[in-house]
Amino acid sequence: MNYDQARYGDDERNEPLLSEKRAAEVDPGEGSALPDELTRDSLELPAPSEPELARHYTRLSQMNWSVDSGPYPLGSCTMKYNPTFTETVAADPNAAVHPDRDPETVQGTLELLYGLQEYLADIGGMDAVTLQPPAGAAGEFTGITVAKAYHERNGNDRSEVIVPASAHGTNFATAAMAGYDVVELPSGEDGRVDVEALEAAVSDDTAALMLTNPNTVGLFERDIVEIADIVHRAGGLLYYDGANLNALLGRARPGDMGFDIMHYNVHKTFATPHGGGGPGAGPVGVVSELAEFLPRPRVREADDGDYELFDPARSIGKVHGFAGNWLVLVKAYAYIHRLGDEGLLDASAKAVLNANYLAERVAFDVPYGPFHHEFAATAGDRDAADVAKAMLDYGVHPPTTKWPEMVPEAMLTEPTEAESRASLDDLAAAFNAAAADSEGALADAPRKTAARRIDQTSAARDPRLSWHALADAGSTADE
Amino acid sequence: MSRRDDGSPFAPHTPAETAAMLDVVGAETEADLFDVPDEVAFDGEFGIPTRDERTVVTDLADTLGRNDDLTEFLGRGHYGHYVPAVVDDLSSRSEFLTSYTQYQPEITQGFLQALFEYQSMLVDLTGLPVANCSMYDAATGLAEAALLADRVRETTGSTLLVPEDLRDGKRGTLDNYVDGAGLTVETYPYDDANVDVDALSERLDGDVCLVYAENPTVTGAIEESLDAVGDLAADHDALFCLGTDPVALGLLREPAAVGADVVVGEAGSLGLPTSYGMGVGLFACRESYLRQVPGRLVGASEDADGRRAFTLTLQTREQHIRKERATSNICTNQAWVALRVAMHLAWLGPRGLADLAEDCVRNARELAADLDDIGGVTAPLADRHHFREFVVRTDRPAPAVADDLRGRGFAVHTLDDHRLQVCVTDLNAGETDEFVDAFEGAA
Ligand SMILES: Cc1ncc(COP(=O)(O)O)c(C=O)c1O
Repeated sequence: MNYDQARYGDDERNEPLLSEKRAAEVDPGEGSALPDELTRDSLELPAPSEPELARHYTRLSQMNWSVDSGPYPLGSCTMKYNPTFTETVAADPNAAVHPDRDPETVQGTLELLYGLQEYLADIGGMDAVTLQPPAGAAGEFTGITVAKAYHERNGNDRSEVIVPASAHGTNFATAAMAGYDVVELPSGEDGRVDVEALEAAVSDDTAALMLTNPNTVGLFERDIVEIADIVHRAGGLLYYDGANLNALLGRARPGDMGFDIMHYNVHKTFATPHGGGGPGAGPVGVVSELAEFLPRPRVREADDGDYELFDPARSIGKVHGFAGNWLVLVKAYAYIHRLGDEGLLDASAKAVLNANYLAERVAFDVPYGPFHHEFAATAGDRDAADVAKAMLDYGVHPPTTKWPEMVPEAMLTEPTEAESRASLDDLAAAFNAAAADSEGALADAPRKTAARRIDQTSAARDPRLSWHALADAGSTADE
Repeated sequence: MSRRDDGSPFAPHTPAETAAMLDVVGAETEADLFDVPDEVAFDGEFGIPTRDERTVVTDLADTLGRNDDLTEFLGRGHYGHYVPAVVDDLSSRSEFLTSYTQYQPEITQGFLQALFEYQSMLVDLTGLPVANCSMYDAATGLAEAALLADRVRETTGSTLLVPEDLRDGKRGTLDNYVDGAGLTVETYPYDDANVDVDALSERLDGDVCLVYAENPTVTGAIEESLDAVGDLAADHDALFCLGTDPVALGLLREPAAVGADVVVGEAGSLGLPTSYGMGVGLFACRESYLRQVPGRLVGASEDADGRRAFTLTLQTREQHIRKERATSNICTNQAWVALRVAMHLAWLGPRGLADLAEDCVRNARELAADLDDIGGVTAPLADRHHFREFVVRTDRPAPAVADDLRGRGFAVHTLDDHRLQVCVTDLNAGETDEFVDAFEGAA
């Protein structure tokens, strides 16, 4: 596909920084009602006029790829279309309430949160849900902290969390943050959990196994019932990383597979916009035995039909200052409410169909299968990162590269249900054009983006993290 | 048929296309593509009907409409300020909204630059040279600061000292985050709503690795002893972590000037409407902790043509590379909220921000004085300067006063039997006369 990204500026730089456009300095203390010793003497900030501001950010937006720009098959991230009606719903002035409102006066908010707790519990096959964690990783931390509280309650101090080698980095980091030693489980020949290796890894020290299913190359863990048995027999808990739930909606539920705790990644599965990195939300579901440990407060329906807040009996406490990312939760609720059973089922069906169709069309090998909503192609003797840079010039976003490591030069590709057959063909064409490019062309890519290949090494060696660190971006303050 | 009337409205496939694609894949049905053993397959229903867009929008408007229409005089860590329309409009551009983390910087320069500008404005506000491009919120930001204090070379201890009067959400989150690292949280008291410096000094010893103070405090008092707190922390090789917010930073002393090593807080007081507690955690610190910083950092570099370009940097700190040795498990953050904060800050400019902050002082002062004129009411309770909010003492039991106020259309915080807390910003400043009248009736 023919593609050229907008560029602004000159030979030195793109659109100037706000500080280079117009800045000003004032003395906030002057004329203040506060005594001098409590105020600052100087405050310098950009001071663009509104027209300048509008143009600045419009230009920046034009130098930014997004789901609405074109295919964004970033594996594991589920970059599906974000329906705009959910924005309309979240912008309702009645949604703009303070978290310290008396529950009786925010019945609408509590009803929606309760409804979402219920939807998620059904979808995951879980008994109780908290909506407080503000992202997937925060959900992991919540879930593992619940597991820890459960073991402690049973007078059972356990020191290890088992994580498959193919797991997402957050799983490892979460387990360590919660104070556990991480036991890395090597992948089996077929790319799945090696049941024998798991048998050997579990012990009295096992607090939990964290698992994604389908796993991070899209393979369903067919031995899941046995895996659950092994972990449970050792007295451990089974944690489900919900990042890949978009593969299974309405077809399989973590609760039915034997998982005790799971997080939902609503910015993936339930289509809330990723916002350039966030916000997301990472609600956590648990089986009934663990419900009493969930963060406080939760929402329930009282006998009179009103909604109320309550603190679970042995709550682990808080994982967010308030109730999590409320506006994201509203959007997720709206999405589920719109799709219903049929829509959810179809979303997964088309996500899996799209991944399978695309894999047929690309000229790279896909070493493992059968996969579901995503597949890990290998760039073979080429550098996956170079292939990705070349794809940028063909009007698509490339897949996730070089992860998971079990596939050499991996290109983890998740097209989602939102791509039409025609756009999958474009995507395949981009893969294949990059595959056919010479080494030299790859190394020279990209050429059509707002910036060409960026020097990562010097960015890290000499970190310049604000405009104050840029010699030429000095203040233009008119004092 | 170009559009299906069942299934997901956000999957474009017609039945004919689906059939053709199945053909290419070599499957008869979509169900054949699922490698799910029967024993764990789900064949039940959730019982959620599929609805059209109009029905959903109406349903949810009805649901949210069940929130009572009260004028909120609420704060305590979550603040609503007027957000200009241009922030809503520009941030809603779908190029921003529907993008993700900038793993491919060449094609996401726009968001990277916006985040670089956000970081830069936090440097302007705090005076500290490093700011990350967001934490989830103030509570997790504080918790991450505590973990950073544990990691940096400058400290040896394992105790964190925080004010007795700390919001439960912050304290609870902090307790959870530091548990795995084996750190202990202890408190120091306030004296008339400011740090009790003598008491703090008594509690400080070599085992303390972080002292946390807030300006303004949770009850809105402006902290007058920051220099002393900073000195005490430095004397004991503890980090001084200051909690604040960008509006307050428009007027109050620069954190770097009072010796703060780390600054955290709720940046969502700008850029976001009141959002039931959703926000964005600001996080800034000294240069020497750079390699221990949690979260994402955007840096400047050059591209192959020698032009300035932006990229995520120092990623070896992060979970996707460093795994269990990462500085934090955070991945998805609050980037879009940070974008909105940056837009709002730039829209205000330094004059606008300083004026907004000055109004927070003056409006609180005036409102307190008006309430203080009511018989049986003392406001502000602390003999301090206040920012946005303050504590009110009522002779009549506070819960009854709050109930009564609610009946008159106003929401306030009830702290205990005889104390309420009241917060005024540009959003409700136009209704303070009605509020004072109502208070007079209620007290
Ligand atoms: C497999 C997997 N687990 C966990 C996460 C972490 O989720 P989040 O980014 O919402 O914190 C991700 C997402 O990036 C993921 O892909």
